[in-house]
Amino acid sequence: MALVTTPATLERALPAINNAEVQRIRNDFPVLAQRVNGRPLVYLDSGATSQNPLSVIEAEQEFYEQRNAAVHRGAHYLAVEATEAFEDARQAMADFIGADYAETVWTSNATEGLNLVSYALSNAALWAAQGRGDARLGELAVGPGDQIVVTEMEHHANLIPWQELAFRTGARLRYIPVDDAGSLRMDEAAEILGTRTKILAFTHASNVLGTINPVQELVALGRKAGALVVLDACQSAPHLPLDVKALDVDFAVFSGHKMLAPTGIGVLYGKQEILDTLPPFLTGGSMITTVTMERAEYLPAPQRFEAGTQRISQAVALAAAANYLTETGLERVHRWESELGQRMVAGLENIPGVRVLGPAAGQERIGLAAFDVEGVHAHDVGQFLDSQGIAVRVGHHCAQPLHRRLGLTATTRASAYLYNTTDDVDAFLESVAGVRSYFRA
Amino acid sequence: MSLDQLYQQIILDHSKVRHGSGLATMAAPEGASTGQSHQLNPVCGDEVTLRVAVEDGKVAQVSWDGEGCSISMASASVLSELAEGLSVAELHTVIDNFREVLRSRGKVHADPEILGDAAAFEGVARYAARVKCAMISWVAAEDALNQAA
Repeated sequence: MALVTTPATLERALPAINNAEVQRIRNDFPVLAQRVNGRPLVYLDSGATSQNPLSVIEAEQEFYEQRNAAVHRGAHYLAVEATEAFEDARQAMADFIGADYAETVWTSNATEGLNLVSYALSNAALWAAQGRGDARLGELAVGPGDQIVVTEMEHHANLIPWQELAFRTGARLRYIPVDDAGSLRMDEAAEILGTRTKILAFTHASNVLGTINPVQELVALGRKAGALVVLDACQSAPHLPLDVKALDVDFAVFSGHKMLAPTGIGVLYGKQEILDTLPPFLTGGSMITTVTMERAEYLPAPQRFEAGTQRISQAVALAAAANYLTETGLERVHRWESELGQRMVAGLENIPGVRVLGPAAGQERIGLAAFDVEGVHAHDVGQFLDSQGIAVRVGHHCAQPLHRRLGLTATTRASAYLYNTTDDVDAFLESVAGVRSYFRA
Repeated sequence: MSLDQLYQQIILDHSKVRHGSGLATMAAPEGASTGQSHQLNPVCGDEVTLRVAVEDGKVAQVSWDGEGCSISMASASVLSELAEGLSVAELHTVIDNFREVLRSRGKVHADPEILGDAAAFEGVARYAARVKCAMISWVAAEDALNQAA
């Protein structure tokens, strides 16, 4: 029997990431080599947006210097080059998440991806009502009496589009609550999901709690209910190996700027048979077959969902970012960031007056930690840390309902990436330890 | 600019003392005309509900409830102390002056003759992200004043 070596087994054979390797990685990120307020920059806000390695910056520059043109039109040399670069990038992103080429749709970001799905689904109801399009559209259509289920820990981007879809269609929005430790109440999830549930949308990893949700269990509940399953992969795709086919979700979204790429580019994954059935969201050029003065026929996915001139250089840059992550090895990145996350939480738990949200030290979490400092508002914490060159996020992190559930209005969040060292985490912890005495809390 | 220039002693003190804080416990003087305004900063969740009581053309009382960072709480406290006893027109002038200083990105200096303790917020003008924190209660006061007058 031949010994099969998969990339995953190869990766396991590689040594774990350590501080020495991170120092080499940091050389690829020019922005990190600066001083802020007299101290070396400690960038712990990658959960909001990540930094770009030279290979990504150069990929975008190279595109503009040598291949820039509109794609999918024009017979000239540059148009062909640009189209190739654009579609190669799509294939690269499909490979990155285990999807097929035609299932990989470009978006501006995850927010747009989720709005696309929610609007395409309400268009499905309109089309089905008028007998337009595929006969299976009726099954996808959301209407009065149907349920849309989300979780209490969602980012506003995976909450508000569903609130609005419920408003447009008369469906009822329900949510799976979280417990005090920040885990989903799976017992309640089983109660809530039923045959009237048409959509189940949830985040893979929480941008506030750091929790990794039990995708397999949730998908099983969604399948049993006959619901479409939508995965927000914003905090997972950049940080751990993601295989949308293995997870068996119907849709998944993520943003490029959180995974070493520029802003303005993201990916929507959708199962092909669903994408090809759904009506479009945005309409216009580049997504049609025939157009008369009265109506239009649409291309299949992915073009069906890509109206207008696309974000071409950003797509090329995103593929370069995915390549950077794959070459480093996402399994290794995940393990390193988990280590940093554990170091953060263990350190924060030792500081008097600091309350960490989500799983306690020793329990699984991604490389971020949000916390409350007793007697000091998050804005003041962030300002104090900034004065020492440490960049963190403050506020509700676009998750107001979750903060309300935990009895807070604003928290401070540190989020790591593959370019952070344990020294970064230690500098952060040391700074947090000084917050309460400065503000005399 | 150092952190201590932003968080001046006066600001840190006021953020703890919170002069005028407690709408429920501070009843407006009888016969005074009142105005109340609620302001929210959606970025950070800072929130202030502020009431102004006007009697004989003068500010008799400023009371408020709020939740937020030390800058926003101290600013409400300073305002509350400063406003009492001023005529309605004088308070409007002070608010206009405070806004001008705060929005100047550090170009306009605060005059302690006009602003009193509120001159301590001069440093906030250099932190664009914090200007709204300092302004929130003053915006509420302006709105409340217009209702009371």
